[in-house]
Amino acid sequence: MIEEILSPEFVMISLPPMLVGLLACLACALPGNFLLLRRQALIGDAISHVALPGIVLAFLLTGTVAAWPMLLGAGAAALVAVALIEAVRRLGRIESGAAMGVVFTALFAAGVLLLERSDASSVHLDVQHALYGNLESLIWFDAMGWGSLLDPAALATLPEAAPRLAVVLVAIALLTRLFWKELALTTFDPAHASAIGLPTGLIGAGLAAATAVAAVAAFDAVGSIIVIAMFVCPPAAARLMTDRLGRQVAWSLVFAAISAIGGYVLAGYGPGWFGRPDAVSAAGMIAVVAGAILAAACLAGPRRRRAGATAA
Amino acid sequence: MRLLESFAARSPLSQALPASARPPLAQGPERGAGATPAPDAAADAPLCVRGLTVAYGGKPAVFGVDATLPAGSMTAIVGPNGAGKSTFLKGALGVIPRVAGEATVFGKPFARARHRVAYVPQRASVDWDFPALAEDVVMMGLYPRMGLFRLPGRRHRETARACLARVGMEAFAERQIGQLSGGQQQRVFLARALAQDADLYLLDEPFAGVDAATETVLVSVLQSLRDAGRTVACVHHDLSTVAAYFDRVLLLNGARIAEGPVAETFTEANLQAAYGGRLATAGLAAPGAIPATPAGSPPAPPPGAAAR
Amino acid sequence: MEALAALVAALTLQAGWNASLVALGAGMLGLAAGGAGAFLFLRKRALVSDAASHATLPGVAAAFLVMVAFGGDGRFLPGLMLGSAISAGLGLALVAWITRATRLAEDAAIGAVLSVSFGLGIVLLTVIQIVPAGKAAGLEGFLLGSTAGMLQSEAVTIAVAGAIAAALVFALRRPMTLVAFDPEHAEATGVGVWRTDLAMMGVALLVTVVGLKIVGLVLIVALLIIPPVAARFWTDRVSTLALLATAFGGVAGYVGAAISSIEARLPTGPIIVLAAFAIFAVSFLVSPRRGVLAALLRRRRLEARVHLRQGLLALARGEAVYDRLTLRLLLARGWIRRDGAMTEAGRAAAAAAALDEARWSLARRLLPEAGVAERYDGLTPIGESLTPDQIARIDRGLARPEALA
Repeated sequence: MIEEILSPEFVMISLPPMLVGLLACLACALPGNFLLLRRQALIGDAISHVALPGIVLAFLLTGTVAAWPMLLGAGAAALVAVALIEAVRRLGRIESGAAMGVVFTALFAAGVLLLERSDASSVHLDVQHALYGNLESLIWFDAMGWGSLLDPAALATLPEAAPRLAVVLVAIALLTRLFWKELALTTFDPAHASAIGLPTGLIGAGLAAATAVAAVAAFDAVGSIIVIAMFVCPPAAARLMTDRLGRQVAWSLVFAAISAIGGYVLAGYGPGWFGRPDAVSAAGMIAVVAGAILAAACLAGPRRRRAGATAA
Repeated sequence: MRLLESFAARSPLSQALPASARPPLAQGPERGAGATPAPDAAADAPLCVRGLTVAYGGKPAVFGVDATLPAGSMTAIVGPNGAGKSTFLKGALGVIPRVAGEATVFGKPFARARHRVAYVPQRASVDWDFPALAEDVVMMGLYPRMGLFRLPGRRHRETARACLARVGMEAFAERQIGQLSGGQQQRVFLARALAQDADLYLLDEPFAGVDAATETVLVSVLQSLRDAGRTVACVHHDLSTVAAYFDRVLLLNGARIAEGPVAETFTEANLQAAYGGRLATAGLAAPGAIPATPAGSPPAPPPGAAAR
Repeated sequence: MEALAALVAALTLQAGWNASLVALGAGMLGLAAGGAGAFLFLRKRALVSDAASHATLPGVAAAFLVMVAFGGDGRFLPGLMLGSAISAGLGLALVAWITRATRLAEDAAIGAVLSVSFGLGIVLLTVIQIVPAGKAAGLEGFLLGSTAGMLQSEAVTIAVAGAIAAALVFALRRPMTLVAFDPEHAEATGVGVWRTDLAMMGVALLVTVVGLKIVGLVLIVALLIIPPVAARFWTDRVSTLALLATAFGGVAGYVGAAISSIEARLPTGPIIVLAAFAIFAVSFLVSPRRGVLAALLRRRRLEARVHLRQGLLALARGEAVYDRLTLRLLLARGWIRRDGAMTEAGRAAAAAAALDEARWSLARRLLPEAGVAERYDGLTPIGESLTPDQIARIDRGLARPEALA
């Protein structure tokens, strides 16, 4: 095992998807904590679905499959979706779950139709890719071994998803730290927050935007299925471990990291343990590991039960 | 229509209008700017509301309400269910949008005087399952003065503990907020308001569903705030304790029915006007109320006896 | 024109045996989905079905593997449907268990079950790729549905199952209406809430399973959610809502399937969903009851009434009005002149408003038994609330204020 990890092949083939998966999982789990506490866990689901029409539109407008136009398109679609959901909820006085269901399914349907009507399907843009990404195809061709991590020339050829996700993760972590108080207060007691003058609407929109950025950046590399799983499972499991916000966030990051690494290893090497040379979907397996962690927390997490004394 | 003519003939007609029918939209801009001395001393009162109108779904819930809370007073906001008491507070603070009217806090628009106000919403409005301890909640009262980007430190924790001690909750500082009883939760929220160190305290139903011990603690803390020159107003349900706890009353029923010191305002006539026929039928007799005809009815019990 | 002719042909079932069966099946499916969705929506369980539909994937894949292992045809549709129903049922049970046994809210439970079971399904799909018989399984078709190249037996299966689901909704409509409207009352009258909820989820499950082949598991939830939400804009009554949702769902399914049969590159699932969304969009905008345009108009009218009334009362007291909106409204009514002075008509209106306000105020004291306090909203003229006799009594009081004191 150690020998394998030290080999150049590991650095070339296994390290990039592990790294990208790890960064993606952390970037999604972090905002997921606040979405969970705001009972908006499914916003991540909605946003990762509507990324599809955004990406297709970006392709139709620019004619390329370059990463940045697609990220912008997906981000714009996410913001449009959040605005539409709010509009249906407030103007139409429709319960938020139903409002979400209306908006994201319709936008996703529009995305599929657009894809079908355009030539996008011929340039490696398809629904399967959108759903479960292509983690396995991330290869670091110039890697000669672990030493390449210190070689600037080799580092420059890392699959571009890795530095992109690193930037996104750092930005989200920084924003979370800077607006920690405001996020906590607007989540816990919005009435008090707006009475002391916090722009609750703006903070909510900012969280949605961070969610969209995380979802979109991760989605390209790992597919929407991991994105949804990471928004929900690690924070949910972490909530069952502690009664303090800071510790919950820390636990969620640990769980996300375990899911990312564990899921990739199980998918890549698991079949080999049963004497099969093939690998199964890493994206799917990461979600399954996250689910297993959540199941364990549901069965044995020290804070899994609701508080005994609730408000009258 | 002889009456109508007489109304048209008299101008201004204000003497003929009861106080509740005076929603002066006509706020001169000079009042806020201070170019002309305000006609009444209310202009820089802790809370001054003029013509406040708030609507839910096309029907006004609070209509044209004027109210003034003088400094160092403790006011009960009283009225039947659905009279818009909470709506009045939220509308005055701008937490919900107003259709018409305006409110000033210490002579300034609320947005510029927020730091002087502590608002305690109804307990139902927060997330009891949130991962926060009692002291974390109290520390949230310190947030406005901590500045952007700062995280609470040991000094803030000590302040929070001191505020918890004032409401007798120091032993529960490290309990998750949902594990406390209703009364304990209410005390934590009062501690948070204390941490804000405000000049105006607005509380929405602070005594709803709390135990007797908590009620006593809450009242004594609020009264000590008033005695220290702060201003307090509570949305209040229990007519029997109005006279014992408060020195002023604002009677609402959509519109303002009456406002003033308890002795002059908390009368059976005014209560009748606010509660309509329901006061008698619901058995909501108000021991503290001043009877309409003092000579003909049994004497009101002394204020102390009204406290349960 | 050619497309239109093709559409008419498809809508009138002239476009071939398979296309007609699919359109009929989709219509039936839409009826059932709209009906079942109405109850899910009223019970605020709309998104639970999203967990169920994603949870079908591991069932489909597992059923394929099992059927292949026993030497059968892995793509046998009823077998796949059975597998998907079992795993979707498990998914629903998990959502219920997580919400009950832990402090997690339902949305978190839905998100977790949805994503994890979908991930598991993807893993199993890649396992199928490894199995020799699985290379051409084509199970990806279940993600987004595909009616192109459907076997006739499959079309018949779907039409029949759709009809069964629609019939079930029809048979269960009374208990479901009762439970949706008032669960406690329903329990008291012997309609078990738990049993009905279970039946309702069962129908939703059936819809999901039938819809897999046509709409696909990612979008099937749309057929359960959009029709009832659209119906909500037109009515406040439970039974009407259920009826409308059923109709909307049926129309969306039938028309959507017909449109998609015109040409190859019109995928059935998305077209059906977009047809449903079109119905929703129209309802959202123009419904006279809860539509956006109507609400906007009402809001404007209320604002105008409040400002006019308060402006008149201010004028009656001889105070100047500064509020821009108030001034504009008073000017538009011809109640003040440009210089702000009252016109003759304005004087009359101000006096009427002041008198009305005075009457209301006195009415509160004189007629407590008439429930005056509840009826007062600061806008309604007193004549609309009290009888002429009562008003006369108030006016006597107003004329001699000293007599009241």
